[in-house]
Amino acid sequence: MSLFLLRRTVVFAATLAGASVVIFLVLDILPGNAALTILGPDAPSDAVAALSHKLGLDQPALARYFAWIFGLLSGDLGVSYAYDTPVAELILGGLSVSLPLAVMAMALTALIALSLGIFAALRHNSVLDTGVMGMSQIGIAIPNFWFAILLILLFAVRLHWFAAGGFPGWGEGALTALRALILPAVALAVVQAAILARVTRSSIIEVMREDFVRTARAKGLTRRAALWRHVLRNAMIPVVTIMGLQFANLIAGTVVIENVFYLPGLGRLIFQAINNRDLIVVRDCVMLLAALVVAVNFAIDLVYVTIDPRLKVQAP
Amino acid sequence: MIAGISFERRALRHPSFAIGSALILLLLATAVVSLIWTPWPPGELDIPHKLALPSAAHLFGTDSLGRDVASLIMAGARNSILVGVIAVAIGLVIGTAVGTLAAAAKGWVEEVAMRLSDFTFAFPAILSAIMLTALFGPGIVNSIIAIGIFNIPVFARVTRASANSVWTREFILAARVAGKNRLQITLEHVLPNILPVIIVQATIQFATAILAEAALSYLGLGTQPPQPSWGRMLNEAQTLMFQAPRLAIYPGIAIALSVLGLNLVGDGLRDLLDPRLARQR
Repeated sequence: MSLFLLRRTVVFAATLAGASVVIFLVLDILPGNAALTILGPDAPSDAVAALSHKLGLDQPALARYFAWIFGLLSGDLGVSYAYDTPVAELILGGLSVSLPLAVMAMALTALIALSLGIFAALRHNSVLDTGVMGMSQIGIAIPNFWFAILLILLFAVRLHWFAAGGFPGWGEGALTALRALILPAVALAVVQAAILARVTRSSIIEVMREDFVRTARAKGLTRRAALWRHVLRNAMIPVVTIMGLQFANLIAGTVVIENVFYLPGLGRLIFQAINNRDLIVVRDCVMLLAALVVAVNFAIDLVYVTIDPRLKVQAP
Repeated sequence: MIAGISFERRALRHPSFAIGSALILLLLATAVVSLIWTPWPPGELDIPHKLALPSAAHLFGTDSLGRDVASLIMAGARNSILVGVIAVAIGLVIGTAVGTLAAAAKGWVEEVAMRLSDFTFAFPAILSAIMLTALFGPGIVNSIIAIGIFNIPVFARVTRASANSVWTREFILAARVAGKNRLQITLEHVLPNILPVIIVQATIQFATAILAEAALSYLGLGTQPPQPSWGRMLNEAQTLMFQAPRLAIYPGIAIALSVLGLNLVGDGLRDLLDPRLARQR
């Protein structure tokens, strides 16, 4: 296990370093002078020079890169130009909305997708199976932000069960805050669940055809018992892969949904920072998201080994 | 090919392929017809008749500026097809080149190409698109490029995996013995054999591109006014949710039907072009 862990950790660290270089190149070198980008092309040259100095842009690129990395490692993410607030504070504020939203949406996704996937797989080629798969095709085709608008139309405009958007903040009590996240979580979950349900179904169907399942049935296990004891564990590998990708996408990809519901999450922070040309915030946020995506993938690798210890030996 | 039954006959009997093709034909027909005829000129303002209910004159009613919604939907189809075709073409050409190169070259070339595509792939597409439009400004061209770039690793992965399995076949060995170099083998033997996989993937990525364009335009980063776009229509509709909720319905249905059609055709083609793949699913 330790060798496997070591190898994975090295890859993890190398990917993070690679990501930081790419992000620095794209968001620091490529736009040219960030001070000019922030102030706009018509800014007087002495103002640009002053801001360049304040942001440390007059330093060589390599020095800027390492200053940024050491800042990240020591928790000093710099100060937002547009808000004049420490970036770390802004990011924590955004995460306090985006992270609970992503967790809620993922839990909901797993609940819907696993139950529908198992249900359809057990009734393979029946009318119910076709029905569930047809529904999932429609689910995949629906843009999640349109589904979100439809949810608002029904539950906020017509039924008045929920607010049409906005976030009261955690200070108003956990229940009030969580209530504001229910519609966004449903909008995110339904579309994702459609994809995950298909993966779950086909994975279970495939495993059910394996010899060891026939052996299990032959020794007298019922279909249901074979499913719970042998099939699910083996069928979960592709399901966990997709879930990991979806969770990483949820943390970052809620930009659109946060805009639909006016939620002050991480996605909206990035979106506004881009509109404000606040490149320092954009760079730190993008790095954080990239790190989260890489970390989720790292965690999935560890989950694989827990589900299927054989992979430990085969891993490259 | 299964003996006795022609490809066309099998295709028509395949339910998801048939339904999907009908939906795509509807999308194409709408786009083509909109070039020569729409009920009203798509951008024409008619403030006195704003937010009109559906009627014989305005099939889907009018929006907040009195524009005919049916005409906007028709012209929006053109926009979605344009974005989809170009974005998929970018991803397909570059991605297939990278994928087949990786499979042909092996060694460190393959390793570098695949690690790079892993990295791009792991990065949420919408975020890369937002980053690019932030750097180079919003607009239809930049959003097409952003969606196209995201498509590259998708095609690279798929073509490399299929090309690798073709490279192990005996006829490749025969071609090498005959003295053909790697480039010739790739062009003459590998590409024709992985073509079905590429076509299927292109259909599915087309659907993804339509969804991505809609999301970017909804955020105001994609297609700019006065060019009609389904995503931006949804954005405008959201501000009028209390006065005219129906405006939020039509563009969404248009997007969903187009994406559904493309996905169904993709699934159908996978079964029809490569029975082996269909069984693995």
